[in-house]
This record gives sequence, structure tokens and C-alpha cells, in this order.
Amino acid sequence: MPKFQFAEPRALGPVAVAAPRRVVGPRSWRSADPGFRAAMAACSFSLLVTAILIFWELLSQSKLSLHQFGFRFFAGMNWDPVSGDFGALPFIYGTLVSSLIALVVAVPLALGSALFITELCPKRLKGTVSFLLELLAAIPSVIYGLWGIFVLSPLLRQYAEPWLETYFGWTGLFEGPPFGIGMFAAGMILAIMIIPIIGSVAREVVLAVPMSQREGVLALGATRWEVVCLAVLRNARTGILGAVILGLGRALGETMAVTMVIGNTPQVSKSLLAPGYSLASVIANEFSEATGDLYLSALFEIGLVLFLITLIVNGLARVLVWSVTRGMPARANV
Amino acid sequence: MTSGGIRVERLNAWFGDKQALRDISINIEGYHTTAIIGPSGCGKSTFVRCLNRMHEVNPLARAGGRVFIGNTDIYANGTTPVEVRRRVGMVFQKPNPFPTMSIYDNVAAGLKLNGWERGRRLGEVVEQALRRAALWDEVKDDLKQKSGASLSGGQQQRLCIARALAVEPEVLLMDEPASALDPMATAKIEDLLFELKQSVTVVIVTHNMQQAARVAEFTGFFLMGELVEFDRTEQMFTRPRDKRTEDYVTGRFG
Amino acid sequence: MKTPVNAIRCTGWAGKNGIGIARRLRNNIAMGAMVMSAVLVIAPLIMILTYLAARGAGSLNWAFFTHIPTPVGENGGGMANAIAGSGMILLIASAIGMPIGIGSGVFLAEYGRNRLGDILRFTADVLNGVPSIVLGVTAYSLLVVTQKHFSAFAGGVALAIMMIPTISRSTEEMLLMVPHSIREAALGLGIPRWRTIVSVVLPAAKSGIVTGMMLGFSRVAGETAPLLFTAFGNQFWNWSPTRPTAALPLQIYTYAISPFDEWHRMAWAGALVLILLIVGTVAVVRLVTARSLYKVMV
Repeated sequence: MPKFQFAEPRALGPVAVAAPRRVVGPRSWRSADPGFRAAMAACSFSLLVTAILIFWELLSQSKLSLHQFGFRFFAGMNWDPVSGDFGALPFIYGTLVSSLIALVVAVPLALGSALFITELCPKRLKGTVSFLLELLAAIPSVIYGLWGIFVLSPLLRQYAEPWLETYFGWTGLFEGPPFGIGMFAAGMILAIMIIPIIGSVAREVVLAVPMSQREGVLALGATRWEVVCLAVLRNARTGILGAVILGLGRALGETMAVTMVIGNTPQVSKSLLAPGYSLASVIANEFSEATGDLYLSALFEIGLVLFLITLIVNGLARVLVWSVTRGMPARANV
Repeated sequence: MTSGGIRVERLNAWFGDKQALRDISINIEGYHTTAIIGPSGCGKSTFVRCLNRMHEVNPLARAGGRVFIGNTDIYANGTTPVEVRRRVGMVFQKPNPFPTMSIYDNVAAGLKLNGWERGRRLGEVVEQALRRAALWDEVKDDLKQKSGASLSGGQQQRLCIARALAVEPEVLLMDEPASALDPMATAKIEDLLFELKQSVTVVIVTHNMQQAARVAEFTGFFLMGELVEFDRTEQMFTRPRDKRTEDYVTGRFG
Repeated sequence: MKTPVNAIRCTGWAGKNGIGIARRLRNNIAMGAMVMSAVLVIAPLIMILTYLAARGAGSLNWAFFTHIPTPVGENGGGMANAIAGSGMILLIASAIGMPIGIGSGVFLAEYGRNRLGDILRFTADVLNGVPSIVLGVTAYSLLVVTQKHFSAFAGGVALAIMMIPTISRSTEEMLLMVPHSIREAALGLGIPRWRTIVSVVLPAAKSGIVTGMMLGFSRVAGETAPLLFTAFGNQFWNWSPTRPTAALPLQIYTYAISPFDEWHRMAWAGALVLILLIVGTVAVVRLVTARSLYKVMV
């Protein structure tokens, strides 16, 4: 048996001790725990209630328009408040096209800059660069619009659009007088606005790719670009898709900046240089002046459409991003 | 059994479907120190956490049986865990002082946050608790200036002991209190246990048998969720009754 | 690892002599493209900020901050009422949104690590993505129509709805970073759960929660769309929360789309004030902590 040093034995039996003092008196309070939990739960449930309330309100206010037009609403090209005929196709077209332009421009740039920060950027610059990218997200929409009207638009009108018409006019996408405002301008502004979102989520997703994956490919003698291609992008594919869809969701609902540069003309035209209209813009512009219940109801219906589209798109994006980062995203402190 | 003891009758505990404790029955002497030993995963921590109903903090955990502290069954229907924990204090393996509070506020936390109103006497209670934890002399000048987290590891643990003692519990549970500390700090804690058991029943979980021998008059040996043997420490370590106890004490496993 | 090896072979492995020219070229082009992207993304930011400073600074004078707009055609005047109005609306929004947001964060962190919590978290994220114009229109329908007038209150509610999901998420994340051992220590002392959360856990997460609130605030400070049909705007002073109220972003919008040069000038000045407030807040938060805007904008 190993040797132990034992405590000194003490006799059992009643030991003279001071009676334990009941420090917190015989107060029998009913615990506040259930009440507190209920209060906190109420705060959280308010989110659910609000979401349902929004849906309900939009639906009930759109009833008039829904009954009047049914599915014709989405195919109708005519938006005529005077005659009471409302068709939402121009707005759907405008929202989709401007968002698409934004995606085409934003996704490569956002991904490129995200990869720049995670793979290339020297450590000293990382904080500054990522901060600058995020500042883009902090700029309010109305200021983007202001800049769009007075700075971007003239630039497009004088340089970019004529250039596009000259060299790419054959595609039929760049025709007509260069106003500087229109679908293309809206797409450009939207692109700048959604780059930070796509970039940030992409960065989180790329950071979530484990080092072991990169090292495995590197050990095979791959160049840095090949590491990115094979290890990072391949593994982060789902998440990046989620980031893109998140950006799309944001572009679909963006209001102020788009309203200020899209031209606010309800028409469907092939040329990207022509003025257009988006779902959010028509509400912003015409809601206050809408006379008549049908007009108002038609606008509410557009709101409902916008709500449902962004709900689906954002929900899809969340699922994709969560599946990669598993709920709580990794903290991007880079 | 002397006053202040703990009587456990057929205690069972589960984590989800996995049973962690089987039919534990034990009589722990009041105002003495009892050590709980056993290899990793034997259930000693779980057992001790059932004594102050901390086991049920885990949402998947369940416990059943009767545990009498004095004359009260802490698992009886009318007893809330909050009441139990005011009479049974706990010190954890890793020191966990409240980081945003000063030393004074840390020790006073159990009282203040439970509605203790007598303001001036609070200072006396804090001093006495720090003395019993053998920390008073080291911190008496910085009570309200230093934060709880700015002390060394050993000091933090003694702070946690003081904090637990401030509410005057009848029982103090210690779950491997010195395992994260260096030998000097460990020795300080073992020393203060000698004084402590005059006024509190101490149950200490330890994986270190030398420690159990030094500080505890009684020892319980747990293995795979069962209480294999419970006896006076000297008896158990020199003439164990069960073969498994002998194997463990002589170092054949664990 | 079969797939990557095959892929490398397909890209033209040069064999024993090292990296082939094609692969090296591809690599360099790709690296260049990444740098280019970063530059192209930061460029508009610099352009916008410098242009704002240049166009706006000249018009920032004492009158701007103390006078209300003058009738069209007259010079002078300012946006004082818009700044004050924004202040009032944001105050209402914060009074409603911050407590509810923090409460929601507490619930999700302390009681919501389960299926129910997941559903609520998902709802918060989805609510975050609802276009702000839709929120404005709903607030109009629920509050403006029923009360029969535009009001700062309705605007505040619309902004609060935008604030709650972001503050909830941010608070939840900060609370989850408090080590579980602290909660155990408090519970072990016999402190009830609610008191543990309020007096031990929340103070430990305090600084993070505050920065989350600041970021949430700065996000809604620049919002225009929700205010279009709720606060509606006002050319004069208004201190009553139940009447139409001017707001800085609203005023900027109205002036920007107007045909008057004078108003354009003021729009730039207003934009400068707004951007200083928002970017200033974000910069301070980033400098003091390392917290990114990620949680707020996504």
C-alpha cells in the first residue's frame, strides 16, 4: 500500500458550533423567474407577431386590387391611375433587371475584394481595408441617391453610356438617348450598395473553411490561386451562393437610391439605358398621392409582392449561409 | 449522525438517457470533511452537484431520490433549488469570480443579490468570510478597488470560497477546487479546510488521493456511477474492504 | 483527396520542372484581379465621401443648424427642424426598439437554445430583410390611418421595427460570449435565474451590448423610406410626436429631387451632417472595440 499522511482523527458526536445563521430571512418570496422569462419571451415573440402583422395588413389592404385584377396584375403592362387599370409588369421587370445588373457587376467585385482581404492582404492593412469596405454599408440609401443624381448620372451620360452604345449597341441593350438615369444607372448604384453585404458574408464563409483544406491542396504544390479555387471556393460554394442571394434580396427591396436614378417611367424596354421603374420606387413615389381605393390597394398589392419576394429570397439565403457556418457565424474580426 | 450532516437515500441521476448515478445511499457526517474519490467519469462530480441541485441546470439532466440536509429533503416537492443552494454552497474546479465586480462585491454578491438589506453589517460579513477563506490579509487594502479577476489563480479560488461562505451555508461542496492551482496555492486551500470544518460540513471531490488523505476524515469511492465503499479515510486507504477500492488506491487503475 | 489532384492535373501541371507558365500566369492574373476588385470597391467610397465633404462643407454655417427652411426662391434658411425632428423620431424609435431588442436577445441567449429559439432567430433575420418601404407602408396602414394623421410616433415605430432584429442578434451574441462558469457561480450561490441574468450576465456583456445598440442606431438614423408615409416631413418646427415631423434624410430626399439649386446645396449640407453622424458612430465603435458592422447590415 502506498504511504499516506492522514488527517488527525476527531471524535464524532455533537460538536459545539454556532447555530448556522439563516442569512436571508424566512422571506418566502414567490420567485420572479417565470415572470421574467415571460417578459423576455414577449420581447422575442414580438418579432414573430410583427412579421405576421405585416403580412396580414398588406394582404387585407390588397384585397380590393386582388379581386379586381387577379393574376392579370402581374402580366399587365399598363399602369394607368386615371383609367383605373393597373398592371405591375413594368415594375417587376424594372426590379428584376436593375437587380440583375447589380449582381453581374457586384458579385465579381465583392468576391474579389473578399478574397483579397482573406488571402492577399498584408496583416497591417487588413483592419483598415475591411473597415473601409464596411463603411460602404453604413452610407444611407438617400445619400447614394443624391450622389447618383449629381455625380454618377452626369458621368454616365457623358462618358459611360455613349461608350457602351458605341461598342455594345449591337446587342440591342444599349440604345436610345443617354439620359444618365435609367435602368443602367440604377443597376450601378445598386451594385455599389450590395457589394459590402455580399463581401462580408463571403468573407465569413471563406474564413469558415478549415485550414486543413487549404494545407492539403498547398501540399500538392498548388499556386495561391489554385488553393483559392480548389480548397476555398469549392468548400465555400454554398455559402457564397447564399451571400449572393442575400445581396439579391437587398437589391430587390432597395428604395431611395433607385427611385432617385431610375427615371420613374413605367415602361418595359429592351435598352438598359432607358428609364424604368421598380416595385419599391412606385410605392415611394405614388403612395402619398394615390387617390381612390383601387389605386391605393394596387400599391399595397405591390408592397405585398415585394414582401413575399424578399421573404423567400432572404429565407433561402439564410438557409444556405447557415448550413455552411452552422448558425452563429464565425466572428470576422479581420 | 451529528447535526448538519447529509443523508442520501437511493439517489439516481441521468443525463438524457444515460444513467450517471445508480442508487447512491450515503450518510455524510456533519462538521467533518468527506472526500469523494474515483477515476474520471465515475460520477463523483455529478453526485456532488446533486447535493445542491446544480445537476438540473443542464436541460437534459434529471435526478431522483431523497437527499436530507438536516431534516429537509431537498428533492421534496415544495423545495425550490434556489432555497437549497442558499444552504449548500459550492466551489468549482476553475475559479469563477464575477469579472465586473470588485473583491468586496464578489464576496457580498450572494447576500446583496438575494436581498440582504443590512448595509453596514455587510462589511463585517465580508471581512469574516475573507478571514475564513484565508484571504483577508492579502486583499484588505484593495477591497473595493481591485476587480475579482485581477487576483492570481489561488487567490481567486479563495475569493470564491469566501463568496460561498458569506451566505453561511451549512454545507460546502468543493468540486476539485485545487486541480487548476499550483502546489503552493493548493496547500493554502488545504490548510484553510482544517479551520473550516469547525463550522461547515465539507464535501470535497478530488482525484488526488494524497489530498483526500490529508484533509478528509471520511472518504467515499465511486466507480461507474456506483458508491463502492464509504468509510473513514484511514480505514479505506490502509484496509479497504472492496477489491476495487484496493485496486484504485494502490494505483492499479485510474 | 482525389478531386483536387485531378483538378491540378487538368490545369496543366508542368511536371518535374515546377510550375508551368500557364499556371503561373493564371495565378498572377487572378491575384491582380483581386487587388483590382478591392481598389474598385474602395474607390466609390472615397469618391462619395470626398465629394460630400467638398459640396457640403461650404454650406454648413450657423444658419444651417438653427434656421428652418425658407420659402422657395429665398436664400438662407437651414435644416434645423429636420435635425430636431430626426432627433425626436430616433428617440421614440430607441425607446421602443432598444428595450425590446435587448429583451429579445436575452431570451434567445438564455432561454432560447432550442428549436423555438431557432424559429425566432430565423424570423428576426427575415424581418431584417423586409424592405424598409414595406415597413413604412404597413406602419401607415396601422398607425397613420387609424389616428388620421401623420406622426413622428408612427415614424418612430417603423424605425423601431427595423432596429429590433439587429439589436436582438447583437445582444444575443454578446451574452453568449459570457462564460457559462459565471452563471454557474451565481446559481450556486442561490441567486435566482432572473437575478443572475440581470445582475451578473448582462453587466459582463455590457460594453458589447452598448456597441450593438450604437450600431443599430446608426443603421436606422439614415433611413428614409419608412418615414415617407409616417412622419411625412414638415417645413416648420414640430415638437409634438403626434404630428407630421421633418427628418434629416426625408429633407435631403425632398431637396435632392427638387428643381432648385439652393435646395440642392442644402441637400449636400444635410447629407454631410448625416454621414458624419453615422460614419462617426461606426468608426468610434470599430476603433474602441473590434466590432464589425457585419451583424448590422446583414
